[in-house]
Amino acid sequence: MIDYLTFVLLIGGGGFFLAGTVGLVRFPDVYSRLHALTKADNVGLGLMVAGLAVQAESWAVVGKLLLIWMLVLLAGASVSYLVAQGALQRRIRPWQR
Amino acid sequence: MATLTTVGLIIDALLALGLMGLAWRVLANPDLFKAIVLFIAFGLVMALSWVRLEAPDIALAEAAIGAGLTGALLLGAFAKLRNAQTVAAVETSGTAHGTAHGIRSIALLIFILLLATGLGYVVWSLPAEDIGLSDAVAAHLDTSGVSNPVTAVLLNFRGYDTLLEMMVLLLALLGVWSLGDTAVHRESAPDPVLDTLSRTLTPLLILVAAYLLWAGAHAPGGAFQAGAVLAAAGVLLLLTGWRLPAALAAQPLRLVLVAGPAIFLALAVVTLLMEGRLLQFPPAWAGRLILVIETAATISIGVTLVALFRGAPPADEDRQ
Repeated sequence: MIDYLTFVLLIGGGGFFLAGTVGLVRFPDVYSRLHALTKADNVGLGLMVAGLAVQAESWAVVGKLLLIWMLVLLAGASVSYLVAQGALQRRIRPWQR
Repeated sequence: MATLTTVGLIIDALLALGLMGLAWRVLANPDLFKAIVLFIAFGLVMALSWVRLEAPDIALAEAAIGAGLTGALLLGAFAKLRNAQTVAAVETSGTAHGTAHGIRSIALLIFILLLATGLGYVVWSLPAEDIGLSDAVAAHLDTSGVSNPVTAVLLNFRGYDTLLEMMVLLLALLGVWSLGDTAVHRESAPDPVLDTLSRTLTPLLILVAAYLLWAGAHAPGGAFQAGAVLAAAGVLLLLTGWRLPAALAAQPLRLVLVAGPAIFLALAVVTLLMEGRLLQFPPAWAGRLILVIETAATISIGVTLVALFRGAPPADEDRQ
């Protein structure tokens, strides 16, 4: 039962990473690419961490997995803000249809 | 089990192909900035490859130093090049055409083919199952003072290699400082997000460095990895606009820089006089001595790497 849960969560996480990568390659400007990238990092990694956490043998391992996720969330959010800020300072206009 | 092995093989093949592809793109890319970013990606894939080869110590070092800090150093150098407006010159110098170019590339091709044949022959003639010196290390592990064989080799059995590595790092910094580069001392209000990030991460990075240093005795870790993590905190602080207080910039900074190599060297001399051999630790003391060396080395390595990233010696900035 738990194995199936892990399976679903990991595949779901992989789906988010795939979608994020496709978005990173295909989206038209830096802002929408950041959007795609951070979705993959935040949700995709979150699902993967959840999938691995239900397999963990102790709470310490769960804690470490969550810590990794929190750090990536913090770094991802800050770095995407900084990249967008840099792009704005260089007067890169958001893409419009 | 069979499917797991197949999956492992596929992952290994992808890693190997990815490494070669990335290496090619790094060298062939005319855009320096893209080449640097690809080089960082190359370092990360390399770290993954070391994990697959069951060498977590090297994987840690590669990720922290090879990808992280070297990437930061290269990006720093790129920013300086751009300020000096020499990037264009560097980038166009690589695209010279003509007959000399053709002859040169043919000669290069022959050389590379010879090199690849020689390397291939050497690898092919290696014994298939060779464990090298692992048995010798395992047999003497209990006299080394630590239970992690990698640390035992780096700090005890082949301690002079590590001693020389630290000297090389110090020499590199002396070289950079003696270039007399004058970095523009820009005081800028730190970005609030970057400021919060560095305030959150710096204590955590110091904790991780301390953990890596302590864990090095019995698990993957050690002075270079811990020093690199410490340096990451320093680079982050520099990027947020933090500067070393002037009171610490002259003498105290230089003392910290040489503390690691100096303590290492002092112990080398003491053991040479007492035990008759360079860095031959008495087994009863080995564990404690290694911890002392590694602690001093961690701090010196961390500060040296941050100073390398900064470029100019901080004392000179004040005089301007």
